[in-house]
Amino acid sequence: MVDELLFFMEVLVGGLLAGTMYSLVALGFVLIFKASATFNFSQGAMVFFSVLAFCGFMQDFNIPFVLAFILAALLMVVVGLCTERLVLRPLMNASEDTVLMATIGLGYVLEGLAQAAWGVEVRRLDLGIGDFPVPWIADNLKLFISALDITAGFVAAIMIIGLFLLFKYTKIGLGLRAVADDAGAASSIGIPLKHIMLLVWSAAGVVALVAGCMWGARAGVQFALVDLALKALPVLIIGGFSSIPGAIIGGLIIGAVEKVLEVYIGPFFGGAIEGWAPYVLAIFFLLYRPEGLFGEKIIRRV
Amino acid sequence: MKPVFMTYTKKDLINLAVCMFLSVLIIPTFITTEYWYTSILIPWLCLALATIGQQIVMGYTGQLALGAAGFMAAGAFAMFNLILRVPDLGFVGSLIVSGLIAAAFGILFGLPSLKVRGIYLMVATLASQFFIIWMIDKFGWFKNYDSSGIITAQDIVIMGKPFTTPLAMYFVCLAVTTVLTLLAMNMARGSTGRNWMAVRDMDIAAESMGVSLLRTKVQAFAISAFYCGVAGALFAFCYLKSLEPVAFDIKLSFKILFMCILGGLGTINGAFIGAAFILLFPVLLNAIGNNVFHGAIDATIISSIEQVIFGGLMIIFMIYEPLGMAKLWENLKQSIRLRLSSSGNKGLKSSAQKSE
Repeated sequence: MVDELLFFMEVLVGGLLAGTMYSLVALGFVLIFKASATFNFSQGAMVFFSVLAFCGFMQDFNIPFVLAFILAALLMVVVGLCTERLVLRPLMNASEDTVLMATIGLGYVLEGLAQAAWGVEVRRLDLGIGDFPVPWIADNLKLFISALDITAGFVAAIMIIGLFLLFKYTKIGLGLRAVADDAGAASSIGIPLKHIMLLVWSAAGVVALVAGCMWGARAGVQFALVDLALKALPVLIIGGFSSIPGAIIGGLIIGAVEKVLEVYIGPFFGGAIEGWAPYVLAIFFLLYRPEGLFGEKIIRRV
Repeated sequence: MKPVFMTYTKKDLINLAVCMFLSVLIIPTFITTEYWYTSILIPWLCLALATIGQQIVMGYTGQLALGAAGFMAAGAFAMFNLILRVPDLGFVGSLIVSGLIAAAFGILFGLPSLKVRGIYLMVATLASQFFIIWMIDKFGWFKNYDSSGIITAQDIVIMGKPFTTPLAMYFVCLAVTTVLTLLAMNMARGSTGRNWMAVRDMDIAAESMGVSLLRTKVQAFAISAFYCGVAGALFAFCYLKSLEPVAFDIKLSFKILFMCILGGLGTINGAFIGAAFILLFPVLLNAIGNNVFHGAIDATIISSIEQVIFGGLMIIFMIYEPLGMAKLWENLKQSIRLRLSSSGNKGLKSSAQKSE
């Protein structure tokens, strides 16, 4: 009985921590949605693009770890700048769906560019943190929890707190919230829209880089990251598109539910149900609470 | 314009006659290499059909859906099982029933569209994509307990006659596509299509005018999935000649989405233009790579460049012409017509140039 409980705890904790990895991807979506009411479908591609560039800098040019990270982050700022200039500004007054489709195109561009520049083979990314159980926890609590998962949890926590403080207490954050509320009104009282957009897209790019590092260390840096990042969408639906805590809670729920289902129900169906379980969970949320747990209620006017 | 026959105008009938003339007489006489049939014409017709399905739900009803490949898989495997287990049904019967089975899935996964729209709906339809592929993959019954993962498709037999040569298969695809395209045009112009478009333009306003959202949306999803299912069955039986769930992964869904958007949302001919572009462009790019650069560029680089161009085009079209290539084609025809009609009249000519 105790063993079963321990095993369940292990599955649950493992799932929760793995969920923080989804949260990290979802965080990038939320940042952009909060500031510009744009669904950035290319967030997954940004994750792939940034971490592949990071790996490329380290492995092809032998640039040291920290410098490569800074370079990759700068690259994401450039991507943000180009996106703002070339995609978002011309589409300023376009409908939500049009912008969404343009970001799907942007995702394709980023994926293609990344592969053209750095090749298509799977790259290993070694962060110096192993993806194996931490001995101390295994000995004392008899739970087998990966060190990488714990690191991802910590990184996610730090980013959330940082972003939360930024949004809540700084002048930039106030500007961000104003733009999110009503871009036209915000710009009329002198908030520089361009800078805000650039800032947000750069921040989302850096968040993507961090998420990419975590995913890359676990699964290898490869194209499949883009599909993995799609799972951030159900996370957002559960958490709400405009809520940073929502992204975290959503990620935790998806991570935990998918692992628990996989371990306890998966074997009856031949496994691999984690491929669709998050989406079906998202459908149930959509049917009963379309705005998500923490989202603002969607009001549409004729 | 006044309809001459059903909802079709005189112009439509002429277009149809020209298309039929080209596809039934000209193409079979002038194109004799098998490559054209097996690698370009057949997949073009199948994917154009699937794109019409996507058009119905996305272009006409305005519901952002991203699961066309899932419904195609449902149609393809339904076809395989129907021919295997209910041989009395015949090819055409099986095709229709497999379309209906796909439509059932369409209704099931289209239900969330009653509550949500935009990216929310996209996520809901992604569920259908992943769920259908998973279901086919994990339950051996669908694959007739074949362990190799790739099943050879049965030969196409209609009325006791085998259709196995590329040309014969081309005619099968052509016939099915023609019938379904005509039906789609009919629906798009009739009250069905008007309801779809009313929901697309403003669903709340449509509802207050007495258009039933439930009926319209579910109908659009069902018909869309029917088209995708039939297209999937043809795709598997005429083009791939094998059945494997991997062939219908999310990448194919994205491809069909691109065909639909680049071709032109809310147009039937856009589906054909878009499918032709997405299919032919990589062929062209490869030809350039092989003949101009003599293979100096790696194939993976070429496919990456292709992706960049598709994505870039998507952005460019969204900015400058959200109605896609069909609209460009329309503009081109318009300007030629103006030029022709004003060639004798100087005053008209200058005004025509201004309007361009």
